[in-house]
Amino acid sequence: MADLLNVQGLETHFRVREGYVHAVNGVDFHLKEGETLGIVGESGCGKSVTVMSMLRLIPVPPGKVVAGTAMYQGKDLLKMSPDEIRHIRGAQISMIFQDPMTSFNPVLTIGRQVAEPLEIHMGLSRKAALNRAAEMLAMVGIPNAKDRLNDYPHQFSGGMRQRVMIAMALTCSPQILIADEPTTALDVTIQAQIVDLVKRLRDELGMAIIWITHDLGIIAGLADRVNVMYGGLIIEAAPVKPLYAAPLHPYTQGLLHSLPRMDETEQRRLVSIDGLPPVLMTKPTSCPFAPRCTFAYERCLQENPPLINLDGNHQVACWVDTKTGRPRE
Amino acid sequence: MGRYVVRRLLYMVVVLLVVSFITFGLMHAVPGGPFDREKALPPEIMANLNARYHLDDPLMVQYGQYLYDVMLPKFTTTPPDNTNLSDDHLINIKIGNLWIRWMNFGPTFSSRSRTVNDIFRQQLPISMQLGLMALTVAVLIGIPLGIIAALKQNTIFDYLSMSVAIFGVSVPVIVLGPLLIWIFGVTLKWLPPTGWGSKPPYVLGFLPSKLGWDYFKHAIMPAVALGLGSSAILARLTRASLLQVVREDYIRTARAKGLQERLVITRHAFKNSLIPVVTILGPMFAGLVTGTFVTELTFGIPGMGKYFITSITNRDYPVIMGTILLYAVFLVIANLIVDLVYAYLDPRIRYD
Ligand SMILES: Nc1ncnc2c1ncn2[C@@H]1O[C@H](COP(=O)(O)OP(=O)(O)O)[C@@H](O)[C@H]1O
Ligand SMILES: [Mg+2]
Repeated sequence: MADLLNVQGLETHFRVREGYVHAVNGVDFHLKEGETLGIVGESGCGKSVTVMSMLRLIPVPPGKVVAGTAMYQGKDLLKMSPDEIRHIRGAQISMIFQDPMTSFNPVLTIGRQVAEPLEIHMGLSRKAALNRAAEMLAMVGIPNAKDRLNDYPHQFSGGMRQRVMIAMALTCSPQILIADEPTTALDVTIQAQIVDLVKRLRDELGMAIIWITHDLGIIAGLADRVNVMYGGLIIEAAPVKPLYAAPLHPYTQGLLHSLPRMDETEQRRLVSIDGLPPVLMTKPTSCPFAPRCTFAYERCLQENPPLINLDGNHQVACWVDTKTGRPRE
Repeated sequence: MGRYVVRRLLYMVVVLLVVSFITFGLMHAVPGGPFDREKALPPEIMANLNARYHLDDPLMVQYGQYLYDVMLPKFTTTPPDNTNLSDDHLINIKIGNLWIRWMNFGPTFSSRSRTVNDIFRQQLPISMQLGLMALTVAVLIGIPLGIIAALKQNTIFDYLSMSVAIFGVSVPVIVLGPLLIWIFGVTLKWLPPTGWGSKPPYVLGFLPSKLGWDYFKHAIMPAVALGLGSSAILARLTRASLLQVVREDYIRTARAKGLQERLVITRHAFKNSLIPVVTILGPMFAGLVTGTFVTELTFGIPGMGKYFITSITNRDYPVIMGTILLYAVFLVIANLIVDLVYAYLDPRIRYD
């Protein structure tokens, strides 16, 4: 199937007092119709900036997309006029955000906010849009949806608010739903409910999903493919099964080791990766993970490994073959 | 909401009692009396005056008497007597042949023929008119300037707006007033340099009965001179508030929904950014409408402003008490209105 979205060489930096923070440093990925792609990595590795750059939602200044293309239906999102990209946002590519508390306008009713995309993209009247909004709220499992249109965001619980956020994003039946850590701010039980809800909606509506998270556990049962990011780069990309079964990058392995597993028979200590992710004031010239990596040797500190294709679908950016522990040839 | 307002008004009574007590105590603690002159008055006259105004009574008795005169309504069958200065009530209502009379703020010591209520009837309306117009000027200039500055942050528009704002705060009325008078009053002769264009009787006790050029030609310069400083404060506050709001997550959400930038600002940012601006309007209003000494003096406006200053230097006790209490009433009511507007702007705020 053809790519719905294809991003190549995306680079974004932010001007700060000390210079530039290189948040995204040449990211390539693609998304097929109806597919669910996970983007995983510790906080600060550039996941949000990647997708926000695509939709041109990063604040300019200080942010700037300095290179790359993001082809969507034959057109480059990064070169569209402000009006063109505006018609894509919320209509064909929608986003839901991490914090359902602060992502709603506190002074407007839920009905107004959920109905808004319908008014601007579909040209529905306020009344028709509100009716449709009530249907959407019912679909995401808000009890008494019609009566709640006039409520304000603070009258909803965190989980309910995230449901409303999902309803709002799906009102115009988008091709792509981008979920930027939609469960991070929620309780574990609520997280599972939200994941189930999105799965159900994906099966009903058939949209493609980019699901961003720092938690590999969340997307194991949700994603078709996973991109692992570090230092503003994709360092491993694979279908979900091989990624979990045989991760190739030391960072991915570290992420998986820090997760508890249900299928484990013997007791194992959960290990976290030592050190902190870098804030890159220059574009990485060596492997950005090398300072924290137990496999690292000289070359890792001198050259940044490119993302190479191993068997068909599995890509990794590492100088070391972690299976043998020896440098890759 | 009704219950909330009633509760707040009851709370106002408490505030007024406290304010009156402190003011009363302070003004009697300051050395000197209302009839001290450079050349002392003959002792008999002094004794006479003190007796007439009950200044020899113990302070607590005087205070009690004052509260009685001001706060308690009186019910009598005798009609108000204009010649009796110690029996002048602000509110006189006739029901059948019963008079309900309330709020006797007492005589002024600096005039033999006037009471504090006369000041409220004749000077306060003028100050209120001036203050309301100045506030209008402040809002109409300050808020749009702040919005422009925020939306065009770090552009020439921002710098221009903020320069105007800095000019507004840093050039006091005492400079701006005479400057305006000199340009528009004396040189161009477009506007009368001094005076005020309305006289009693006032509509609703404070509004001019006739509006028109003859009225506004007197009001333009003082309202601008007085309003400019406040507009500068509002402009800076609006700018800061709007800049804060456009960084909020829900603004990003609005953009992610595909809203036009214009709608993002008008629908999602404005209302939120006005919340802190409204807060400052309450005290600003109270300060402007109760009289502003320098502006009124500069433009020769017979308002209340001078009584705030002169009553204190003259130890004119009833005027001190009256003006301070008036200010307190305006402040409390203005803050009540601010809180009601608040609850309208922000649904998270409830009346409890
Ligand atoms: N507005 C901004 N100004 C400066 N730096 C920013 C800004 N937004 C993001 N960054 C930086 O870009 C990097 C990537 O951030 P982000 O994509 O938000 O991380 P995450 O993977 O947690 O979503 C971080 O180092 C962050 O500090
Ligand atoms: Mg993020």
